[in-house]
Amino acid sequence: MRNLALCLFLLFAAAPALAQAPLPPAPTSFSDPGLEARARNLQRQLRCLVCQGESIDESGSPFAADVRALVRRQIAQGRSDRQIEDFLVARYGDFILMKPPVQPNTWFLWLAPFLVLALAGTIAWITIRRAQRRAANS
Amino acid sequence: MTGELGQLALCLALALSLVMAGTGLYGARADAGPARGVASSAALGMLVFVVLAFGALTYGFIVSDFSIADVASNSSTLKPLIYKITGVWGNHEGSMLLWVLVLSLYAGLVAWLGRGGARLTSAALGVQGLLAAAFLLFILFTSNPFLRLDPAPFEGAGLNPLLQDPGLAMHPPMLYAGYVGLSASFSYAAAALIVGEEAIRQQWVRAARPFMLIAWIALTCGIALGSWWAYYELGWGGFWFWDPVENASLMPWLIGTALLHSALATERSGAFRTWTLLLAIAGFSLSLIGTFLVRSGVLSSVHAFASDPTRGFFIMVLIALAIGGALALFAWRAPTLQGGAAFEPVSRETTLLLNNVFLVAACACVFVGTLYPLVLDAMNGTKISVGPPYFAVTFAPIFFALLLLVPLGPRLNWRRGDLKQALRTLYPAMGIAAVAGLAVLAIVSPRSLTAFGAFAVAGWLIAASAIDIGKRRGKGRGRARAIAFASALAHAGLGVSLMGVAGTTLWRSEALEVMGPGQTMQVGPYTLRFDGVTNVQGPNYAAQRARIALMDGDQVSAVLEPERRLYLEQGQEVSDTAIRTTGLRDLYLALGDDRGNGRFTVRAYVSPLAPFIWLGGLVMALGGILSLWGRLRLKAPEPEKAASAQAIAAE
Repeated sequence: MRNLALCLFLLFAAAPALAQAPLPPAPTSFSDPGLEARARNLQRQLRCLVCQGESIDESGSPFAADVRALVRRQIAQGRSDRQIEDFLVARYGDFILMKPPVQPNTWFLWLAPFLVLALAGTIAWITIRRAQRRAANS
Repeated sequence: MTGELGQLALCLALALSLVMAGTGLYGARADAGPARGVASSAALGMLVFVVLAFGALTYGFIVSDFSIADVASNSSTLKPLIYKITGVWGNHEGSMLLWVLVLSLYAGLVAWLGRGGARLTSAALGVQGLLAAAFLLFILFTSNPFLRLDPAPFEGAGLNPLLQDPGLAMHPPMLYAGYVGLSASFSYAAAALIVGEEAIRQQWVRAARPFMLIAWIALTCGIALGSWWAYYELGWGGFWFWDPVENASLMPWLIGTALLHSALATERSGAFRTWTLLLAIAGFSLSLIGTFLVRSGVLSSVHAFASDPTRGFFIMVLIALAIGGALALFAWRAPTLQGGAAFEPVSRETTLLLNNVFLVAACACVFVGTLYPLVLDAMNGTKISVGPPYFAVTFAPIFFALLLLVPLGPRLNWRRGDLKQALRTLYPAMGIAAVAGLAVLAIVSPRSLTAFGAFAVAGWLIAASAIDIGKRRGKGRGRARAIAFASALAHAGLGVSLMGVAGTTLWRSEALEVMGPGQTMQVGPYTLRFDGVTNVQGPNYAAQRARIALMDGDQVSAVLEPERRLYLEQGQEVSDTAIRTTGLRDLYLALGDDRGNGRFTVRAYVSPLAPFIWLGGLVMALGGILSLWGRLRLKAPEPEKAASAQAIAAE
């Protein structure tokens, strides 16, 4: 973040020299590092719908640029991450969330790894107990 | 002409694979000696014909024979020779032929080495023959690379530009060597179940162990190569995307790793016999499922699969038969296995078991995360994304727990270990772990618990391995010592990769700016000056090459030249990144859009420790190679002798 602030500082410091050749709109960023971090974090949680598995943070597609702008506009308006996500889900569906929501149709998705862990752990425990009994007998 | 020769060779290979399957399986009977010789010869014969077919297709690509449909739609005369050759497997048909080539190579190796005795080898060849026959049928009926095109077009359509890259040229053969290498373990496991009691105990594990190692080494290298390619080719500095195609290669690796560890215990004392059999079956089954995911089109969309289901359906039936058949054999034979291992709760066996628990759970994460969205979509059209945040919550903690336990394993004795003694030898490693974690907290901002944890565990793994190597330095000679160092190296590699992953993920700085000639930008500690763009003509692309100077005060200390290439045949743009590494830190530049008046978007990343990600993979693979080399001519020891040999090896 400090680097980014530095970049911005340099950008503005160089502004007079650039005056005769106006730049196209620079990549939008917040001057407040806290807001910028929030925006970046949120952007990483959103999927670019027209790309192959990229988040809108990484993607160079126009769609991603639009959603980035939208996210930043809404953050600037003071809406919470949750509100912005809900807005986007209402518009594009759950598919836009990189992290699937926890709801009835994803319970299995979220629980399965830990169920397998518990099951494998139980089997291991039984195996160890049996092996211990055998070791004691021999 | 070559096309027809290739076609003929494939048909002959199919015939030989059927002979191999029949005689091999029959040769598993105690009284069927003569059949076994036929199976071995058939395996070698099949290999010869598959090599011929592959050679014929390669020749077609080299001379740009566009009367072969596969060549016409995937190659062109403009491509450099190297990409004409690698283009052979840069498409569906050719890559399936490569798959069968690798399968035949392993079959030939099984026949040639004849490990595990005549009956077991014969049965393994029989199973391998069935697999080869299934895939040859798949190629001949759904994916024939030798179909003709009449009239032949004047020029071919060319190869996907993303694939015209040395890293990706090597990636598929490496990955297939791993994927398909697991078929040898699968065949030996199935063979053991066919032959019965004696073979199921330990014999098959000894026979199959080199194949497990080869497959694991190749998978490790293949995954590392793929990740490295994604890093420098895709242009935004990521190295792992939890993309279904990547996941498809990670799952067999996780189970293959579990198999290597479980097999250690089985090989030594017959412990976890049924479990090792199941892992061998599961490992190759996941390879098959990965092939289904990648080759059926189901990933791009469930509907693409539905519109042309022939290929996907064929592979699905194949998977069902392979997994179902193997599990049926398992259900038939496993109950006849009497008794089990005897060991104390604190012992090497227990740590290997825990290793398996965590690896299997980690694999379950990847499995569910990859397949669940597809299932949901197929069931009722609900679309969800399972992206990196899901794996950060599920996969990461499970794998992290595994890493914490890794250094303990090699320190506990078989049957009964001494935990206190083991921990005592680890005191220095604990110290180093604490120092590494705290140093990271003290020096690097932003501070985070994740960074502390990652570097403490990395320090823990590497220091423990260093202690291992130091302690065993004087003991053993040559190959025995190689085996002793193997696990230490492989475990250290995990720590090295972990540092790379953590450093890149947590501390990457980046800048995205529109730059005109003479302007400078700052990224991390670096100052960059944009010196304009020149047009460059490649063999089959036109590129804009930027000159970007890395400044040291007023002096230019290096020049980086990222490119943006327009491939003429496909009209596709690909960025060719420029990376300058100090070994500890990558400066990574990608050239973006032309903004007019000589101005361009430039993306710059500074990724601390990025090279460690792949270096760690290399170190792991080196550990595997040492273990393989150490075993190569070590005769499979008798159980009693094995105990002492293993005490030295102490893996």
